[in-house]
Amino acid sequence: MFTSSATLTRRFSALKSDADFWSLRHVLETHTGYQVRKQVAQPPRFSEDQGAMLTARVKGIEAYCATSDLTQAGLQAALDRAGALARALAQRALVDTSQAPVPTEQMDDVMPGYERVLAGPAEWFELLVAESVKVPSDERLVNSQVSLEVTCTEQIYLNSAGACLRRAQRFIYPALSVTASDGQDSQTRSLGGANFGQQGGAEIVERIGLVGAAPRVADEALQLLLAPNTPSGPRELLLLPDQMALQIHESIGHPLELDRILGDERNYAGTSFICQEDFGTYQYGSPLLDVTFDPSIPEELASYRHDDDGTPAQREYLIRQGILQRPLGGALSQLRSGLPGVANSRACSWNRAPIDRMANLNIEPGEQSLAQLIGGIEHGILMSTNRSWSIDDARNKFQFGCEWGRLIENGELKGVVKNPNYRGISANFWRNLSAVGDASTVEVLGTPFCGKGEPNQVVRVGHASPACVFKNIDVFGGAA
Amino acid sequence: MDARDHFTALLANLGPLLKADEGFTLSYRAETSDFVRFNQARVRQAGQVQQVFVTLTLFLGDRHAEFELAMSGVIGEDHLRLHQALEHLRDVVPTLAPDPYLRLNREPWQSEVVQMAAGPDTAAVVEQIIQVGSGLDLVGIYANGPQYRGFASSWGAFGWHAASSFSFDWSLFHDNGQAVKSTYAGQRWDNEAFIRRMAFAYEQLDYLGRPARTLAPGDYRAYLAPAAVEEILGMLSWGFSAQALATGASPLQRLFGGSVPLSPLLSIDERVAGGLAPAFTSEGPRQALRLLDKGQPAERLVSSRSAAEYGLTANGAGSGEYPLALAIAGGELDEGDVLAHLGTGLYIGNLWYTNYSDRPAGRLTGMTRFATFWVEDGKLQAPVNTMRFDDSVFSFFGPYLEALTREPELLLPTGTYGSRQTGSTAVPGALLGRFTLTL
Repeated sequence: MFTSSATLTRRFSALKSDADFWSLRHVLETHTGYQVRKQVAQPPRFSEDQGAMLTARVKGIEAYCATSDLTQAGLQAALDRAGALARALAQRALVDTSQAPVPTEQMDDVMPGYERVLAGPAEWFELLVAESVKVPSDERLVNSQVSLEVTCTEQIYLNSAGACLRRAQRFIYPALSVTASDGQDSQTRSLGGANFGQQGGAEIVERIGLVGAAPRVADEALQLLLAPNTPSGPRELLLLPDQMALQIHESIGHPLELDRILGDERNYAGTSFICQEDFGTYQYGSPLLDVTFDPSIPEELASYRHDDDGTPAQREYLIRQGILQRPLGGALSQLRSGLPGVANSRACSWNRAPIDRMANLNIEPGEQSLAQLIGGIEHGILMSTNRSWSIDDARNKFQFGCEWGRLIENGELKGVVKNPNYRGISANFWRNLSAVGDASTVEVLGTPFCGKGEPNQVVRVGHASPACVFKNIDVFGGAA
Repeated sequence: MDARDHFTALLANLGPLLKADEGFTLSYRAETSDFVRFNQARVRQAGQVQQVFVTLTLFLGDRHAEFELAMSGVIGEDHLRLHQALEHLRDVVPTLAPDPYLRLNREPWQSEVVQMAAGPDTAAVVEQIIQVGSGLDLVGIYANGPQYRGFASSWGAFGWHAASSFSFDWSLFHDNGQAVKSTYAGQRWDNEAFIRRMAFAYEQLDYLGRPARTLAPGDYRAYLAPAAVEEILGMLSWGFSAQALATGASPLQRLFGGSVPLSPLLSIDERVAGGLAPAFTSEGPRQALRLLDKGQPAERLVSSRSAAEYGLTANGAGSGEYPLALAIAGGELDEGDVLAHLGTGLYIGNLWYTNYSDRPAGRLTGMTRFATFWVEDGKLQAPVNTMRFDDSVFSFFGPYLEALTREPELLLPTGTYGSRQTGSTAVPGALLGRFTLTL
């Protein structure tokens, strides 16, 4: 762990610059991918990526140069390039960073169990093949995949004020999916994948219940193939956590990103229906809605002690009893806006600069069990496992689709329906939150695929949520 | 070190390390890119990224595995990293099960394209952008620099692609929140050409300043400008994959299954010439392919693995079977006649955030975004507040496709996930007799 730390520290100390402040952020990321498709082991993929971003601040103007050349000369050249660029932009920059906070802490942030060695390729393939062969033999089951992705990231942040922040994390993504098709229609049912990832080790594979899941997942894919389409019309909507994660992400997370509100993302990811003036007073949801930025849940994907600019991270309420409290804005955005924020200045790797991102964004549990949630619904539908998402550039008008739907009538679960879709408007949707599941319904989920930024970046985000019920939602199915 | 020299030095070092029963392929991608973000016509964030990655695949009979690793650009250090990756693969590959779908292209093919030019000076371009954008609410990103792609195998294949380019992708915002999006890309920055594009965008801002119209959900006549057609095409691109078609994952499965055609006005090709993408993939030289012929299904994108699994013939598609340079053939509609032929309806400049409502049925949803106008009697009337569409491609690109504009527009990529993209598309605008808005 941190094997290049001593060398990097020595080389950083030897760097020369006339900048007012400079920093180095080194990332070493290794990745392993195993997949078995239709009982055939695919060739495994390994990767190792490392490099460093050098940032120079000159008279309040900051610029960067990212390089994979980690020699003394390479780092010096990158710092010189960053400094020259900062000077060249002197009269042209939007933001004066001279008052931005300068981290000085020295701290290690190592995920519990990080140094525990995981099984090797042969053992993982044995597990994945064993699960793959459990998919029943049925000519309608045209595809199945069982996979495991493992990513280890070590980051070292150093700056000219003496900070040294080191972080080591391992992320595990188990996944299983089965597709049933009759030639005209096809339906996929899945477990894990883009909806699920956690920090930790092999225990995560057990936690998600991958082993032994294939027959159930395959059966559900076949049920969907035979099921009627979701009927159209307003219903009460019960979303399970693996759809709540997407709902939180798109219609709470992105609109609360402060750089969007400040206009930085208008050319690409978009803006927000929320204004700076809304914080402290805006009724975002019903009084049942409590939303936290929580970097302290060990297994959640974006738990960390400092963000990538070196700001200490702590739990904060973003929405409390439905009222908007604070945005998702890092130290620089807080400086620009005068608003409070959180430690969410993050980069996807060494070759991209930190910007405001979601991290762990969670809904706090309520008081009803899943049975009570279902029992309280007269005319509704349960939806589970996101498969489609689309929302406008202000993060208001959305349409989401799930893999799995079940009608609910008079407090009881009824038949399975396929192509469950729903649409709404963020500003109204959360005010229709009518019931929140208790802790027994909470799942800690997340995705490694949150895209944003120019140049583009994909980061890991975590979402923990209970099951939730929404009133009077427009639901509909697919084509005939 | 020059990128090509770096690649060939890695190859020269790797070759002698191989044992008699081993084979390898080595892919190379590198770039030195300046990135400058703008907001309010000022620089929000600026920097440079220098990166080099190689992917080494080791073959031992019918077993294989791959290792991607970052290179430092310092040749001694990189020899060491590559050697360590080779040793790691040597530990793993013998433990793997044989791959029944390995049909490696062992031809000693050669391909080399170099399109390098002295790129524009980033600081000078930034100055010009800020001058021209002065007083406007301009937001966007400028990217500039050389990109390299290489491929070689121990069986004698060698591909090299080097190209320098810039792209400026920006929006102008009106005070009312409406915006128009533009791009300018190429090899040599021409300030006059940039000013003309900016002037065209500025003209549209005038229309965008009018009070916006809010439409009710329903069916409308619509014109999709090329950028909007490109967004739709992006969703269909996945559909030509042989594996996607065989596994129920394609939005075009009903088309290729023969149950629903698209409009006979529509023909789609995967091109090799005329785009920015390399002429090769890790599967070998790419082939020009007609994927859709007058609304009828034609070729699929077939990788060597799909060829082996489904009994097809490989046609140079990469392992992901994703097209790199799609082109929709132009039609009969002159661009100057678009509004007259539209009559009353929607002029849609861009679509955004498209996804599937029902993938097997080819049903898509997405949002209008940037420069979308209400048109009456062939005249622009007012900008339209953001609307959602939800409609089947077999409808709006089926019986309701009335015309395509004559000259397809070449749209160069601005995407930068991981690295700057090299693909491109050439698409005309599309006049639709019916397009369904839902929210």
